[in-house]
Amino acid sequence: MGRLSGRPFLRPALTVYHPEPVNGAPLIVSKGRPHLTPANSFVNETTLGKPLRQHTLGWVLLEFFGSMNLAITLLVVVAVASIIGTVLQQNQPYPDYILKFGPFWFTVFNQIGLYDVYSTGWFIAILAFLILSTSVCLYRQAPGIWREMTRFRTSVQIDSLRGFPQQAEWRLPDRDSEVVQADITRAFRGFGYRWRVQDHGDHQIVAATKGRYNRLGYLFTHAAIIVIGIGGLLDGNLWIKLKEWRGELAIETRDLSARETPPISRLAPGTIPAFRGNVRLPEGATANFVFLRLRDGFLVQELPFAIELKTFQVAYYDTGQPKSYTSEVLIHDQEHLGDQPLAATIRVNHPLVYRGYAIYQSDFGDGGSKLEMKAWPLATARLEPVEAKGEVGGVIKVGGPTAGALSLELDDFRLFNLLPEPEAQPGDRKFRNFGPSISFKLRNAAGEAREYLNYMAPVQMGGRWFYLSGVRARPDEAFSYLHIPVDAHNSPERFLRFNARLHDASGLEKLLTPPVDGEHPDFQRDLQRVRLNLVELFTQGGFMAITGKAKAVVPAERLQEATTLYLNILRETLAEVFVAVLREEGVNVEQELGERENAFFNDALSALAALPAYGSPFYLQLTGFQQVQASGLQVTYSGGATVVYTGFTLLIIGVFLMFYTSFRRLWAWLAVEDGAVRLILAGTSNRRPVEFAREFAALQAALAQRLGLPVISPASSSPAAPAATLKEAH
Amino acid sequence: MAATREAMLEHWNQPSFWQRLTLRDGLWALLVLAGSGTVWSLYQPYMDGYEIAIQFGATLALIGWGRYWPPAQGFTLAVAVLSVLALWCYGADYELRKSAFLLKYVLESQAAFMWMSALYVLATVTYFAALFSRSAFIGKTATALTWSATVMGMTGLLVRWRESYLLGADIGHIPVSNLYEVFILFALITALLYLFYEDRYRSRSMGGFALLAISGAVAFLLWYAFGRQAHHIQPLIPALQSYWMKIHVPANFIGYGAFALAAMLGVAYLLRARVEARNPNGLLARVLPPTELLDDVMYKAIALGFAAFTLATILGALWAAEAWGGYWSWDPKETWALIVWLNYAAWLHLRLSKGRRGAPMAWWAVIGLFVTLFAFLGVNMFLSGLHSYGSL
Repeated sequence: MGRLSGRPFLRPALTVYHPEPVNGAPLIVSKGRPHLTPANSFVNETTLGKPLRQHTLGWVLLEFFGSMNLAITLLVVVAVASIIGTVLQQNQPYPDYILKFGPFWFTVFNQIGLYDVYSTGWFIAILAFLILSTSVCLYRQAPGIWREMTRFRTSVQIDSLRGFPQQAEWRLPDRDSEVVQADITRAFRGFGYRWRVQDHGDHQIVAATKGRYNRLGYLFTHAAIIVIGIGGLLDGNLWIKLKEWRGELAIETRDLSARETPPISRLAPGTIPAFRGNVRLPEGATANFVFLRLRDGFLVQELPFAIELKTFQVAYYDTGQPKSYTSEVLIHDQEHLGDQPLAATIRVNHPLVYRGYAIYQSDFGDGGSKLEMKAWPLATARLEPVEAKGEVGGVIKVGGPTAGALSLELDDFRLFNLLPEPEAQPGDRKFRNFGPSISFKLRNAAGEAREYLNYMAPVQMGGRWFYLSGVRARPDEAFSYLHIPVDAHNSPERFLRFNARLHDASGLEKLLTPPVDGEHPDFQRDLQRVRLNLVELFTQGGFMAITGKAKAVVPAERLQEATTLYLNILRETLAEVFVAVLREEGVNVEQELGERENAFFNDALSALAALPAYGSPFYLQLTGFQQVQASGLQVTYSGGATVVYTGFTLLIIGVFLMFYTSFRRLWAWLAVEDGAVRLILAGTSNRRPVEFAREFAALQAALAQRLGLPVISPASSSPAAPAATLKEAH
Repeated sequence: MAATREAMLEHWNQPSFWQRLTLRDGLWALLVLAGSGTVWSLYQPYMDGYEIAIQFGATLALIGWGRYWPPAQGFTLAVAVLSVLALWCYGADYELRKSAFLLKYVLESQAAFMWMSALYVLATVTYFAALFSRSAFIGKTATALTWSATVMGMTGLLVRWRESYLLGADIGHIPVSNLYEVFILFALITALLYLFYEDRYRSRSMGGFALLAISGAVAFLLWYAFGRQAHHIQPLIPALQSYWMKIHVPANFIGYGAFALAAMLGVAYLLRARVEARNPNGLLARVLPPTELLDDVMYKAIALGFAAFTLATILGALWAAEAWGGYWSWDPKETWALIVWLNYAAWLHLRLSKGRRGAPMAWWAVIGLFVTLFAFLGVNMFLSGLHSYGSL
């Protein structure tokens, strides 16, 4: 503020925002000419005549908010503040933020509104300051600009005119001043200028202007910012905040359906002038509301009509990438449509606008697909799977002695899974469709859950085929995949039978019983016990359990040797069980096992070793489905849109007027001195100095030729195009 | 000129817009109209109303551009001839790109981009050679190389447009849909803007600096194509299937190109100011472009970029209102566009209303490039949001 005090209010409004230095071409400046500001030098209109005003509070405020330094500072501050919301993902579920920042920082960041920066009070306040500053500028400049556009400056000093870079002076003996004046006005008109003559007694001045619409550029651009700001405010969250503050509205943070949501969290149609809400509709369902997500809760916005989703479809390109998302909807509106619903198709980029409400295709998901599954036991000797049916979104209780009380939550079904090719070279952007998948959670009695993602069809990797099942304990982890090798019948059954045999203690014992007439029967019996123990350890804890056990019972110096021995025995034992499984299948195992069986055995071993970490008592195989899709629709109402679009129009027109037109002034000063007419021609332009210099030169040449007279002072009015000057640069 | 100088003086009249039209202007307009008419008659059944309107607008723009800046006529003709030749070579068989000689080595879009890349890098070196040798011939060679590179790049883009349709009727789209394609567009627009100022100011001394930015883009393109295999034509995701893409993206890149040019001139400015301060008679101080020229072109480029960027951002907002449910969502890309806009708005306020010039403004223009670069690249690399199709 200190800067402002002590400065006399002498600046005429016109000069505060005079654009590019009027003498224009910086080349001329470089030649050592002083940097002229002619706009100052010839203005002697009303503003200068005003008396010095007292520094009242109003004046200080006006001066402060209208200052260019504040405006530029605010532009930069808005830019910097905007960055915050781009660095931190906005409007995510609150638990995600807690996970990310921990409870302490979560609270701190929540207090300063970092999760929805752009609707916090402080951010709106900065924007409001910018709009206020723009308004004050406009308020102070507009009258001056208007005067500039509508009035002619017919009172100029001769010295001012001589100070212009574009000027010429003639002395015309034996001429009639009136005839010369007529020639000049005709020339001005010929060059497209509007003019006015004023007789000052001893001299006459012809003042002319052209391109005054350039000055509208300033008005339009700055008005546009205010208009857009107001429109944006209308469309923002302000109304909801106001209602919350007055206690008329409270966001709902519980997990309720729209119907259960209490009235305090509901908005009737037309209560607020703008909203953006979402609703997810399964095929065949109808809704007359949308959810407005807000902070860690939501509001229900009621609609004056109902949307029924008939079908939702995703079309794909040959490559498997999605090509279009299409919802076929019916709009039911008794009041406006009667009993005849309106049928419409909504696609991405093609919203339906109905009664000012725009309905968009926003996302999609599962709407309760019907699934058929087989649950193959993983931890028992039993092989037969349990058949189950369910619906996405449903929960199945899983009982049984080994499973304990588990609930199976069916989360999602996907028909296509286009994923980056797992075997691609680095940088190679290939995709592969992994086919249908289900995702589900297994939740124990304590509420802890593991999430699974199972693909229906086997996937080829490294030339072999596997059933993939992903597992993770926390939602922010990546899935780890269990690779179940596929048998000759394209089924996971061989692996599962192999696994079941390993859990069949009596079967194993029988299988591993040494021949009755063998040598060293004691040793054989011991070996059998070791083998059974190793298998049991392995099924419980994988290879880690074996090495762990070795570490516990064998002295360190023999650990390496013992571990190798254990693993060899285990491998041999498992191979024996595997051969038994193959024999059961009817595979001829008398000769050497084929390459495929060997590969299968190795893959099976890896999968078995991973089973203890898999954490599920069964493998859930998807065997059939009937897809029911849901379409995510976004419904918006934007009361401020027309205001904002008006602002857009103003802004574009204004910017182009400002940069690509120029406001030009010409003066002719005429006086009769010693029987001759003295004529001074001068001009200035606020933009495009080069073009103006050319125009002035043409005018000057035309006049000189018409008047048949040489130029008296050609020095500064040389119309040399800067291009010519610049040539020496190269 | 149609009107004689005498007639002009007699009537004190400047020739009107129509009187100033020359035979060449007329022929140019007819040629563009004929070309556009042919295109229209061939593809009209596949275009919707918006696309026909865009074609109409583009036709007028091309006529106006050629009249405003005659070198654009030769450029357009060269691109048209090469593109038609490529289309003729292709017929309806995309696989010919691997066997037909002319396609494989010159006109296939990827081949054309390689020519473009090589020529731009060569032009950069040649411009600097011209700067230090002060040879007019080398300077002209540099200009010719830049023009050739731009012709090859533009031809490549147009051919790629066709190729996308040859790949599958439903895959076809204008090649401004991913980072690889827009980077080529960026190089072309920056080059055209530079060539325009070179012509208007009759000075080749800025060439090396402008082309340095383009060579940077070329280096990225090559890495992106060979390191990341990003040059394959991909089908359009649903969010991009809109006529808005045809106008929003090019408008944006006029802005990016102009800002990049301004920043490179800023670099030249700072360099010149520094060497002048140290040794006003040194070689560098003599050959580098004068600061007044740099200052002027820098302002012009930023003004043009700002106007184009304003238009592009507004077009983007209108598109968003049709695709994302609102004209403004504070999506990272949108927000960064606003940041870029505010940045240059502040620059222009300082320049226009406070009359600031000199080194601080040049520094700001250089820093502006980093802000712009982040909006253009960084957002896609580091932030997530609705604009995810531009990701690396």
